[in-house]
Amino acid sequence: MAGEASTKPPADSEHHEAQTPPPGEPINLIAFCCNWCSYAGADLAGVSRLQYPPNVKIIRVMCTGRIEPEFLLHAFELGIDGVLVCGCHIGDCHYISGNEKAEVRINTLKKLMDMIGIDSRRLRLEWVSASEGTRFAETVKDFKEQIEKLGKNKIYIAQS
Amino acid sequence: MAEGTIVLGGGIAGIQAALDLADSGIKTYLIEQSPSLGGKMAQLDKTFPTNDCAMCILSPKLVAASRHPNIDLMVNTEVMDISGEKGDFKVKVVKHARFVKEELCTGCGLCAEKCPKKVPNTFEQKLAQRKAIYVPFPQAVPLKYTIDKENCLFFTRGKCKICEKVCPADAPDFEQSDEEITLDVHSVIIAPGFKITDPAKLANYGYGIFPNVITSLEFERLLSASGPTGGEIRRPSDNKVPKSIGFIQCVGSRDRSIGHPYCSSVCCMLSIKEAMIAKEHYPDLQTQIFFMDMRAFGKEFDEYYMKAEKEHGIIFTRNNRISGLNEDPDNRNIDVVYIDEGQLTQEEFDLMVLSVGMDISEDVQKVCQKLNIELNPYNFSKTDIFSPLETSHEGIFVCGAFSGPKDIPDSVAQSSGAASKAIGIISEKTSREETFKYVEGKTYPVEKDVSGEEPRIGVFICRCGINIGGIVDVPSVVNYAKTLPGVAYAEENTYTCSQDTQVHIKEKIEELNLNRIMVAACTPRTHEPLFQNTLQESGLNPYLFEMSNIRDQCSWVHMKEPEKATQKAKDLVRMAIAKAQLIEALPRNKVDITPAALVIGGGVTGMQSALDLASFGFETHLIEKTAELGGVMNKIHYTLDGKDIQAFLKDMIQRVESSSNIKVHKNSEVVDVNGYIGNFNSTIKENGTESTIDHGVAIIATGGVEYEPTEYLYGKDPKIINQLTFEKGIVDGSKNSGTVAMIQCVGCRNDERPYCSRVCCTEAVKNAIKFKDLNPDNKVYIIFKDLRTYGFRELYYEEAARKGVLFIRYYDESPPQVTNENGLEVKVHDHFINDDISIKPDFLVLSAAILPNKDNEKLNKLFKVPLSKDKFFLEAHMKLRPLDFATDGVFLAGLAHSPKFLEECLGQASGAAARAATVLSKPSLETEGVVSWVDKDMCIGCKMCESVCAYAAIKVDEDEAVSKVTEALCKGCGTCAASCPNRAITLKHFTRPQLISQISAAIKASEEG
Repeated sequence: MAGEASTKPPADSEHHEAQTPPPGEPINLIAFCCNWCSYAGADLAGVSRLQYPPNVKIIRVMCTGRIEPEFLLHAFELGIDGVLVCGCHIGDCHYISGNEKAEVRINTLKKLMDMIGIDSRRLRLEWVSASEGTRFAETVKDFKEQIEKLGKNKIYIAQS
Repeated sequence: MAEGTIVLGGGIAGIQAALDLADSGIKTYLIEQSPSLGGKMAQLDKTFPTNDCAMCILSPKLVAASRHPNIDLMVNTEVMDISGEKGDFKVKVVKHARFVKEELCTGCGLCAEKCPKKVPNTFEQKLAQRKAIYVPFPQAVPLKYTIDKENCLFFTRGKCKICEKVCPADAPDFEQSDEEITLDVHSVIIAPGFKITDPAKLANYGYGIFPNVITSLEFERLLSASGPTGGEIRRPSDNKVPKSIGFIQCVGSRDRSIGHPYCSSVCCMLSIKEAMIAKEHYPDLQTQIFFMDMRAFGKEFDEYYMKAEKEHGIIFTRNNRISGLNEDPDNRNIDVVYIDEGQLTQEEFDLMVLSVGMDISEDVQKVCQKLNIELNPYNFSKTDIFSPLETSHEGIFVCGAFSGPKDIPDSVAQSSGAASKAIGIISEKTSREETFKYVEGKTYPVEKDVSGEEPRIGVFICRCGINIGGIVDVPSVVNYAKTLPGVAYAEENTYTCSQDTQVHIKEKIEELNLNRIMVAACTPRTHEPLFQNTLQESGLNPYLFEMSNIRDQCSWVHMKEPEKATQKAKDLVRMAIAKAQLIEALPRNKVDITPAALVIGGGVTGMQSALDLASFGFETHLIEKTAELGGVMNKIHYTLDGKDIQAFLKDMIQRVESSSNIKVHKNSEVVDVNGYIGNFNSTIKENGTESTIDHGVAIIATGGVEYEPTEYLYGKDPKIINQLTFEKGIVDGSKNSGTVAMIQCVGCRNDERPYCSRVCCTEAVKNAIKFKDLNPDNKVYIIFKDLRTYGFRELYYEEAARKGVLFIRYYDESPPQVTNENGLEVKVHDHFINDDISIKPDFLVLSAAILPNKDNEKLNKLFKVPLSKDKFFLEAHMKLRPLDFATDGVFLAGLAHSPKFLEECLGQASGAAARAATVLSKPSLETEGVVSWVDKDMCIGCKMCESVCAYAAIKVDEDEAVSKVTEALCKGCGTCAASCPNRAITLKHFTRPQLISQISAAIKASEEG
């Protein structure tokens, strides 16, 4: 079975291969997902067996409103290449308005990032509901491709 | 003295009823004839329409039922006799000998390994073998071995006893005898489920003769990762993976020739699911479903059906019943002959699946004789539309497939309903406190103080059958975990959630003095509470637990990249362990509960919920927007079987209005909602005046509305009416003769509203029969897409056809054309005769869709509960929590959930009442441990936190000039913590150091490669 599978790789996996940087330098992404919508959406992607690149690792928070800008800067400082923040759609927040607070903070932080020389495209905020498994998988695919185009996180490279 | 309730049947229906009763503090005996709980659901691989893994969602329920302090679980037990009457039944049961001492058996399985006698495994549908000493399936609850006396060599030939020799616990006991027990109870719930129709009765399909003709339940086992082929589809004749699979619908259903004229309700969806999952296993597989009507009538079923056809490429072939199958003797493939576009066509399949229907076993029929329960002509329990949960024997209630073929969520909702009825029998005679007297329920050992200790983390990594283990190299993840700081122990499990693993985890906690547990498995959203309970039983605070999601967010989404998935699993485990080192025990406080309910919607659903809650002794406020109770039922006059709905409604309204516990608020609506489970405070506007109500729970039963068609000249010609108007005309005599054409699916099953309104086919059939009965010369044409008279409603479809009602099928490509220029005319293309038909009816009746209530879009914001894509309310879980919202203390029932029949609304209404009672019966609730905490020394009193908190849970104390948290109001979102400019606020369990440690652990991945 394994032999058969490797002779005929599915189209989308070929696509990932072509985009992957040289060995030893995989793109490293983290995603903060709120428990009620986006984490459930990521679970639904799994239940639906939607395949997406394995570069992303999810950190669960109860609400995107919990996320401190410092966490995100810390991630870039450590060498994370891209950070995805996923929350409930505006109006759906389980905590009424935590996602609105997150949106304000992240937009402010993006401005700051550009000022201090971290490409703000490395940080992306997306709304993913519990029924949007496909949206979650697509978002990860798209984000990974975008970060690959930007290359590895230079702040980290400069440090090391 | 009678006490509590007996629930007969340990499938999902019985388990749900038992859990609802037990959670409300009612003593419950859960009786199962086989050696394990689980029933049919345990045999399923996945469930529609979410494709959730059946065992994954069932397993926590099995464990919960077996652990509940108010549930006395009796397996291998049979009912012998009943005497007495409601309120005081004496039920004699026999607990059959297991020949293994339950208290000694650890479920290690050494006995079965060594047992020399092999027996066909009935759980695996005889596709595999088991031993004479066995557990029915690996996740069995209780996980205790049983000796099958019929096959045991000692019992049949007098020698062997190898199990006795090898058992390290001395559990086998060949002397054990049956035990007779008499239980004294208030009421009985019967939920024995169904058996599949024996397809051997259907010789024309060659089942049992052609090896490659199998049943849908056998196929389910082939799909299952824990099944006989490890989840690979292998056809029986040569063990090869089939390239093509056919599905034949209605095998043993809708078939008068074998005495099963009813529809089994679930098989259409089951086959779609099986075809979809099979194609997931083998994308190049050809799958074709041969069906008569596609009965995708449930919530979001039609969308699933469309997805199967359009996205998964499953071929759907509509036909009359497939009359038979043949085998090609050379390759043992199965031939099917059918009519396609008027042409006789033959197709060959490697494997053929018979979608078998539901039947009632003889054992169940015998039990019903003993219990004096009347059966319908097809051996299902006889019930009434107005009392769908009651059997003919007063005080004995019914739920699940035994009261008519139904799927899992409908069974679960009914089970909660039956629990409500059973509580009603107890509360009739006694006080509220006495009714719910065991509600304090579970007491855990005193929590150990681990605050000063170094972390000693126990790591348990789940293979989830092959769901994780088939992709991720679990042993290497375990070895890796052992190298991480703070880890005292790591191991892998086939199913970390199974009951035996819970026992094992407790043993390891004890043995190794573990003070934190990390489980890498599926999602914490479903499984965290189960493991937290295990910690509590070991005397550990439940927050000393962390979970890593290596299935839904790893093995399932990286199925084609096993090496990368393994690396990611290691990364995720490392991140979780990094956090686990820093987690702390969190205290929980108690908050009082207001023992009152708010029921929104004064239709039959809302009224039934209110009546049930009132009968338990809870103050209930019933909010009705209009000036009268009854809702849409005010417009419906008779049931399918001809009973008078208006008389029923009048009686119900009278009971509601005279109940001392129900306060009816007419011309009222909810305008504001504050608070949380146990302590809601809502503002209602009644006749323009606002007032507030304190309540512990809310039930949303806002009903639905009828679609006003824009199609087929509706509103432009008085002869074109809707089904409700037609029914009224039949009743008042204004519509009693002539020719009537009916068009189905008006306003739904289209691009705008893809869902099925469920009731319209049956309503059309009902009115057609009534109209024909008025005068046999009346003519009725029903123009439909699929006729969805599921369950016993099929009998009325038959009756209508027998009485001369003509059914004409139309397809989306060629909908009927209506003109009225030269008199009313309906033109439709009949595919069967391949010709256009013209009808000139006296009336055209449109079966219009059921729409969600517009108020749903206000209430969902007030209560913070979600809506589905179709704008009905979205429950917490489509399969197992049909009446709950994800928001605690808020429930739903009736048309607010999705379109459904009166009897289904009544069942759900009582079900929601039982779910609500699990909250209201308790004197207090424990607050969550995840709340914000303020470091007074750091707080500068800037009020930033106050401004961002949506719950007014954090406020600056004017005297001390520092912020304070009201824990009962704090929801634990952490927005305040993120806003604090001086880092004075911490969200417990998601602290700054904990989250930073996870982020830091994420980066190590690339450094290590």
